[in-house]
Amino acid sequence: MTEPVLEMKGISKEFSGARALVGVDFRLFPGEIHALMGENGAGKSTLIKVLTGVYHPDAGQVTLDGEVVRITSPLQAQKAGISTVYQEVNLCTNLSVAENVFLGREPRRMGAIHWARMRSDAAQLVRRVGLELDVSAPLGSYPLAIQQLVAIVRAVAISAKVLILDEPTSSLDRSEVEQLFAVMRRLKEQGVAILFVTHFLEQVYEICDRVTILRNGALVGEHMVAELERKRLVQLMIGKALGELEELTEHIRPAVGKAMIRAEGLGRNGAIAPFNLDVHAGEVVGLAGLLGSGRTEVARLLFGADHADSGKVLIDGEPANLRTPNAAIERSIAFCSENRRAEGLVPELSVRENMILALQAARGWTRPLSTEKRDELVARYMKALDIRPSNPDLPVSSLSGGNQQKVLLARWLITQPRLLILDEPTRGIDIGAKTEIQKLVVELSEGGMAVLFISAELEEVLRLSHTIGVLRDRQLVSQIANAPEINADRIMEIIASGAPA
Amino acid sequence: MMSPAMRRRLPAVVTATLLVAMIVSGYLRYPKFDGQAIYDLFIDNGFLLVAAIGATFVILSGGIDLSVGAVAGFSTMFAAWLIVRQGWTSWLVILIVLAIGTLAGLLMGAAIHYLEIQPFIVTLAGLFLFRGLCFVIDDNSISIRDPFIAGIAEARFQLPGGTSITLSAFIAIAVLAVAAYVLHYMRFGRQVYALGGSEQSALLMGVPVARTKLAVYAVSGFCSAFAGVLYIFYIQSGDPSIGVGLELDAIAAVVIGGTLLTGGTGTVLGTLLGVLVFGMVKTILNFEGTLSSWWVRIFVGSLLLAFILLQRLMVARKTPAPA
Amino acid sequence: MSSVIRHRLFWPLVALALLLLVNLFKKPDFFAISVINGNLHGSLIDIALNGAPLMLVALGMTLVIATGGIDLSVGSVVAISGAIACFYISGQPDQNSLSAVLIAVALALAASLVLGAWNGVLVARFGIQPIIATLILLVAGRGIAQLITSGQIITINSAPYKIISGFWLGLPVVVPIAAVMVGFTALLTRRTALGLLVESVGGNAEASRLVGIRSATLKIMAYGFSALCAGIAGLMVSSNISAADGNSAGLWIELDAILAVVIGGTSLLGGRFYLGGTVIGALIIQSLTTTILTMGVPSQGTMVFKAVVVIIVCLLPVIRKVRSTRVEATS
Repeated sequence: MTEPVLEMKGISKEFSGARALVGVDFRLFPGEIHALMGENGAGKSTLIKVLTGVYHPDAGQVTLDGEVVRITSPLQAQKAGISTVYQEVNLCTNLSVAENVFLGREPRRMGAIHWARMRSDAAQLVRRVGLELDVSAPLGSYPLAIQQLVAIVRAVAISAKVLILDEPTSSLDRSEVEQLFAVMRRLKEQGVAILFVTHFLEQVYEICDRVTILRNGALVGEHMVAELERKRLVQLMIGKALGELEELTEHIRPAVGKAMIRAEGLGRNGAIAPFNLDVHAGEVVGLAGLLGSGRTEVARLLFGADHADSGKVLIDGEPANLRTPNAAIERSIAFCSENRRAEGLVPELSVRENMILALQAARGWTRPLSTEKRDELVARYMKALDIRPSNPDLPVSSLSGGNQQKVLLARWLITQPRLLILDEPTRGIDIGAKTEIQKLVVELSEGGMAVLFISAELEEVLRLSHTIGVLRDRQLVSQIANAPEINADRIMEIIASGAPA
Repeated sequence: MMSPAMRRRLPAVVTATLLVAMIVSGYLRYPKFDGQAIYDLFIDNGFLLVAAIGATFVILSGGIDLSVGAVAGFSTMFAAWLIVRQGWTSWLVILIVLAIGTLAGLLMGAAIHYLEIQPFIVTLAGLFLFRGLCFVIDDNSISIRDPFIAGIAEARFQLPGGTSITLSAFIAIAVLAVAAYVLHYMRFGRQVYALGGSEQSALLMGVPVARTKLAVYAVSGFCSAFAGVLYIFYIQSGDPSIGVGLELDAIAAVVIGGTLLTGGTGTVLGTLLGVLVFGMVKTILNFEGTLSSWWVRIFVGSLLLAFILLQRLMVARKTPAPA
Repeated sequence: MSSVIRHRLFWPLVALALLLLVNLFKKPDFFAISVINGNLHGSLIDIALNGAPLMLVALGMTLVIATGGIDLSVGSVVAISGAIACFYISGQPDQNSLSAVLIAVALALAASLVLGAWNGVLVARFGIQPIIATLILLVAGRGIAQLITSGQIITINSAPYKIISGFWLGLPVVVPIAAVMVGFTALLTRRTALGLLVESVGGNAEASRLVGIRSATLKIMAYGFSALCAGIAGLMVSSNISAADGNSAGLWIELDAILAVVIGGTSLLGGRFYLGGTVIGALIIQSLTTTILTMGVPSQGTMVFKAVVVIIVCLLPVIRKVRSTRVEATS
């Protein structure tokens, strides 16, 4: 076997006390496509940022072509031969394709940009990856998939040693992925080492030679893809749930009667394939699946945060048009986004204000909550959810992650929803808060609330759900009733194989 | 179906059509509207053209500069003060005010980039500062009697058909040519467009963002001061309230010329068209006689609205459906 | 003690006090208030009198900025409002008719509201950046004002209209008007949920959408309110000189108002807003103008000092940031 073109040894990185990477090793051989896999918080993006010079590691060294290098900036990484293509295309859509390929390295004649040569050179480079484009057209006039390929053309034109593709396929359709893979294979033949980050298992098995798996900032293993079973891969990524959780009381209760909410063929292009889903009053439906499998997309469609382009939603058997969050809220649906910072909290506002926001929005500005009513509600929910510190006047940004999550939960509970959608409510919060939130879900469902519970942790989904929906590669592939014989193993099998149970 | 490149030029095409229509109707309607009237467009709007060129750089890069008029006004006052009250050599003074304008732009650019303060606020401070300094120098205008200045101001070139054009108008056109070359044929120009397209992308693509941003505001400062110098040639005096609102006229001309206010798309030739339309509005109202000067503002405002809505429509259609 | 210093109004108040002290030093009878013809007179009264229009405009601007926007057109609205009122009154056979003046005021304020709603619709419905959307009216508005006045300065002689800038119980009438508007705004925003929802929209637009806040309506209201305040300010200005000057009424007032809002502690990025801060901000700017006059600098020179104020206000957060990172580094 040849020498690796890139080698990272013992890479560690800490962010204000939180360890993002712990002694991670990684190597990349020329002419291979190497998948980097892991769930949220596994450390993938930190590792890539170290490699591209965005972050500087606290420990460890990077070797490129047998020489130790210190990567200090994205520009320097590029010069050293490491180029990155990100999920969101980081090119300028207002410039032409040719300009994007050559920005900063324009061919010149007597000091002036030589446009004719730039265009012909660009056309040649584009053709080399099997594309036919009008290189003088603005990049923005092409679909995202082509923009991504142009980004790859640029990256390769600058330096052809190591190419990092960071989730390039997450918004491409099947034929576009084919196109991308064709380009990747060509580059592989030319000896380029490609680091490929993706959430799609199928794609790993289709195109990758080797896979490195991270979990909680540590290296779990490096395997040849051909030698690694799918189920084993899923197990390595998800790992064992952290123990230490308090036992929950049994709350298995079969769902009966008409569904509180039913989705029929609901789907959205590029986000989630059409699916059917029922949630009954008093029922907890858990959604399991890897990151990027379409979990969040299901939730967003049911809340009207995104527009569905197929299918319909029935509430109590009546068709409901959920085109906006407003429409969903009027139907007593609540949605706690996984992205607390961007889509949940209003950081400047106080805990109290954040808590009553949804109720107040529903009432409109002319009907403010009375001070007594407001304080009573806030006090009740702060106590019920044990939000600390118990001072409602603090800005919500000063609270810990777990308490911020509770504030958001309280915000929706105050509206007394019939369907509560929780997207990763326990992510990034401490064990204590986690158990409390789980207990709360049980209590709420026992009180008759329908709950859609999304979590990356299978154990948690298994503990809480009456019914489990399994997602894989943007499809709801299976819905099974929870029973004692269903365990994490079984779910992982479904995720790995895609076979409905 | 329009090609994307066509669609991008649509506002400029609309402006060009509008300009031609205005000129033709002017020619048919007013007997006095002749070739000289066209040259007068350049002569009377040379300073606006130069100021708008500077604004084009800034807007292309995704920023905004409110200090244009104030810097221009200060340049006339400071130059007049140095020449008349201090007896300095006039050509040297012109170089000095150009340098001051450039430096002022550079400093504002530095504040915007390094202190991460919004361009709006930084250049607002610039506006206050330079407009205030005008009045600190003098409340009243200072008239300049200097042979060099008078020489340039009165220099005219005879053109065929009994028409003529001033040296100042020539200078303005020369500035336009240089700006067009810089934006189209120099790397700096492409970097300005890249910056306006997406600062984040530009940074990742290796564009020296800090240098480019500083340079853009320096160019704007230089052009503002240059516009002030052309003012001096135009009226042969310094005046503390000259150029009030010039930045708005410049921004309006830039937008009417097809440059997106969000940055990244547009050309200085479009800006020229915008300035000429602006000038034609004034000329026609002048010829019309019955219509008063305030119609210029209303008309320019309406054009601004029309073009902003047009831009909005284009952007809305260009953006692919969100993923 | 430290909590006093840390209060967000501490430094603005110190600045205001310093300004007033400088005046006292220069002009010992600065604080003196005399009674002439039963009306109060003095430098402080002048500050209140001249500062009232700015305070009103800044008040409306505060709400617009809180939604994450900005309103550049207020100066034009000031001019238009005054122009409409004076135009209407000047056309009446009896300029002293109270009903005519009331109609004039109503017309001016209604027109202001329409202009504000126009801004709001451009921003909220058409999705145009606020700075650009309001730029249109900034450019065209002054033309409209001059159109109304036919480019002339319309002088009127109307006793009832003069009341707006006159005295009542010895106090300049504009002071209670401004006070009532401040109080009304405080009630409107803090006694209803308007303030909370506006702060939420400005603080996190996406989160606000996901909790079901109808931000378009709120934004249109904010721009409408801003224009209404500007309209009232326009009445004050034109009443004060008994004339409408389409060209120079309200010139630069948008910049002063934005400055007042920023001095008062409201972030230009939107979110939390502080009405009290804005009031103090407006007073600071007006006192600055007065101070500079007292110092004998020509009135236009004020702008240099305003530039300094802008620079200081901009640098304060930067300095704070540097200091806090230093503290973090040492801890």
